[in-house]
Amino acid sequence: MPDTDLDIDLDLGPGPDGGLDGGISPGGGAITRTAVVDSDGAGADAAPDFAGWTCPVPLRDHPRVVMGHGGGGALSAELVENVFAPAFGSRTLAALGDSAVLTLGGAKLAFSTDSFVVRPLFFPGGSIGDLAVNGTVNDLAMSGARAAYLSCGFILEEGVEMSVVGRVAEALGAAARAAGVEVVTGDTKVVEAGRGDGIYLNTAGIGLIPAGVDIRPQRAVPGDVVIVSGEIGLHGVAIMSVREGLEFGVEVTSDCAALGGLVETMLAVTPDLHVLRDPTRGGLAAALNEIATAAGVGVVVRERCVPVPPQVANACAILGLDPMYVANEGKLVAFVPREHADAVLAAMRAHPLGAAAAVIGECVPDHAGMVVARTALGGTRVVDLPLGEQLPRIC
Amino acid sequence: MKYLEEFQNPELARGLLDDIGAAVTRPWALMEVCGGQTHTIIRHGIDQLLPEGVELIHGPGCPVCVTPLEVIDKALEIAARPEVVFCSFGDMLRVPGTGRDLFRVRSEGGDVRIVYSPLDALRIARENPDRQVVFFGIGFETTAPPNAMAVYQARRQGLRNFSMLVSHVRVPPAIDAIMASPDCRVQGFLAAGHVCSVMGTDEYPALAARHRVPIVVTGFEPLDILEGIRRTVRQLERGEHTVDNAYPRAVRAEGNPAARAMLADVFEVTDRAWRGIGVIPQSGWRLSSRYREYDAEYRFDVSGITTCEPAQCRSGEVLQGLLRPNECEAFGTTCTPRTPLGATMVSSEGACAAYYLYRRLGTPAGAREASPVA
Amino acid sequence: MCLAVPGRVMEIEERDGTRMAVVDFGGVVKEVCLEYLPDLEVGEYAIVHVGFALQRLDEESARRTLDLFTELGLLQEEFGDPWEAAGGAPGAFDAAGPSRPETKEEWR
Repeated sequence: MPDTDLDIDLDLGPGPDGGLDGGISPGGGAITRTAVVDSDGAGADAAPDFAGWTCPVPLRDHPRVVMGHGGGGALSAELVENVFAPAFGSRTLAALGDSAVLTLGGAKLAFSTDSFVVRPLFFPGGSIGDLAVNGTVNDLAMSGARAAYLSCGFILEEGVEMSVVGRVAEALGAAARAAGVEVVTGDTKVVEAGRGDGIYLNTAGIGLIPAGVDIRPQRAVPGDVVIVSGEIGLHGVAIMSVREGLEFGVEVTSDCAALGGLVETMLAVTPDLHVLRDPTRGGLAAALNEIATAAGVGVVVRERCVPVPPQVANACAILGLDPMYVANEGKLVAFVPREHADAVLAAMRAHPLGAAAAVIGECVPDHAGMVVARTALGGTRVVDLPLGEQLPRIC
Repeated sequence: MKYLEEFQNPELARGLLDDIGAAVTRPWALMEVCGGQTHTIIRHGIDQLLPEGVELIHGPGCPVCVTPLEVIDKALEIAARPEVVFCSFGDMLRVPGTGRDLFRVRSEGGDVRIVYSPLDALRIARENPDRQVVFFGIGFETTAPPNAMAVYQARRQGLRNFSMLVSHVRVPPAIDAIMASPDCRVQGFLAAGHVCSVMGTDEYPALAARHRVPIVVTGFEPLDILEGIRRTVRQLERGEHTVDNAYPRAVRAEGNPAARAMLADVFEVTDRAWRGIGVIPQSGWRLSSRYREYDAEYRFDVSGITTCEPAQCRSGEVLQGLLRPNECEAFGTTCTPRTPLGATMVSSEGACAAYYLYRRLGTPAGAREASPVA
Repeated sequence: MCLAVPGRVMEIEERDGTRMAVVDFGGVVKEVCLEYLPDLEVGEYAIVHVGFALQRLDEESARRTLDLFTELGLLQEEFGDPWEAAGGAPGAFDAAGPSRPETKEEWR
């Protein structure tokens, strides 16, 4: 289990959009320059001075929550680490897996919760209702559990149309049936108009973990083969395609799906899968980085092997995004002991949700905690943990 | 995407690399001007693949990094006003001003929106007649015609609630300033292809002659970058210093006349401060007097802003090619994209950030401490 | 400064007196302002930056460039450095290769 010393300087990098927050200026002897500038910003006297560089003020502390805290990257990690984990004081929480593995009355359970704030509520390929079920079902599946029961909480904004609530509820019910789970308890709250973006959902779920199954990020070891269950980037691009300011017509639908059945198929080959993770926020890059860090191993990815469908690649090219950082809602990445890799891959490909499964890389003892990609041209690049949400760029 | 993927072909890259290798007889230092080119180089590991002796120095071609601190602060001030809808390209949202960035302003209640195109901001203005919509008009010559069109259309449509905060920068004066620096090591330039798509190539022969450097107009895909390098190295080996167009599919000598005409109407040249570099004369564009009423700096009184930049870093040396980002003591330790000391670490197009994102493997600061997983 | 990608013009229309196009980028479709390329026609390609077509993409030129890269690769394979083979003198390059450029200028 990784050391959760909260004083560590995270030293985590940005997403492809760059960006920064926070920082420690170097020690004493700092030179401060204060200038009052007119609206032109021009001072035609001094020649350009390339040696006399001065630095932007670092933005370390966050007195308020910013969007990046929900991005699934470094800022999110800090929020959990600095605010929640110390407050809750739970050792299980500190293990920070997708779902918690618990023993209760002799039964080994996985328990997970997830909240859903997606906008728009309905998007190509699904809705917040589908995400609410599949998100939690998948979190449980990533511990090797088959989800059995869910709770569901609704936070509704005053004034939201009842027909919209109805459509979401129906989608949720249909997704639950498809996933083979039952929503057994729930809650509803209403907030004043202007305080919620229509509908927010939370689901929590439990499921039994089969005997002999111990799936968690810390189990990755050098030699493990990294397999992705299919094409990446579909959900994120589908959402972007209908989001204000970024609309573009594209035949991409979210890949939102319940992965419990696929995981069962894989476990039937061997119960000794090491790691499973569904690459949601932050995409494949975030998932691989979290695993590499938790296990203290290096991960090498062969870029040419990562399956990216053309419309995802093209949409990302237009916006300057990297598909490795785009969210998925019906995919998993698996770290499989080398001796079982071929059989697991074959089993995945025989399942409808794993038809495009591919080996994309492996675990190595080098560059522990870091994910490195071998580019198509033969060079290498570090695939870093995203800082917050990936932003479109013009540069 | 057609006419994109073909220029990423690894087999063809091999041929270009081999030709560069065959041509090189002594070390050469080239600068690619555009941040987008830096991004491609680092993302595909092109600089690692180049033969020994061919060095790439990353230029200040990232409008995000070089937008002056004063302008960022004005943007933050305007964005925080309750009557304003502040629209911006995505990459500007994390650039720190004095004490905060646009994300922070949003968290404090400011209406800050990401747009893909300046025309989206116009549409927002039309749809929200009771709000003041301000667009953050930054960029090089490539982005200037789109931004100009938004202002032009605003006037044509009689939109009273739209204005633009302008901070455009121009490449040729920057090349002049870089070459004029006494310690500059740059011997050849890969000029920014899309800037030249707009402006053409007629501003460059004088620069090539004055500084005796080859200037090769270069595209952005891996094969384009390699071809630009190949042609530059070949010129250097032959002792030539001319302007050459290695991106003919998207660049014509005359550029885009319609765009240039709009630029001449909507903008006028001005001195511009480049973040961390200082003022480069005539290196910027601002709205011309005809369009003053659409200039956000005039519509909102943002004079008298106090900026504050503490501490020193070595970005200046990086820009001149005297220092590679990973050779700086602060790189990867006290200076990271999360905790930047200089503008070259601010955006992923900045040399230091690009290095950080893709290259920490080979550096002393490469080993990263374990961090908890969320 | 320069993230711009090539797309194909599918439709052109005037909207509020502005020339706009529907452009296809390999399956991704976006609306693009065509004011800066008044002569561009349906079926042609343009380089698009932040929703604006900034320059026509010359397809013939693109093909020629790729052909040159291919020839360069073939020559390298068969004959090594063409300049070395020809004694290093510009213009002395001879027809030893299977596909020789038309003019010296194309090789630079």
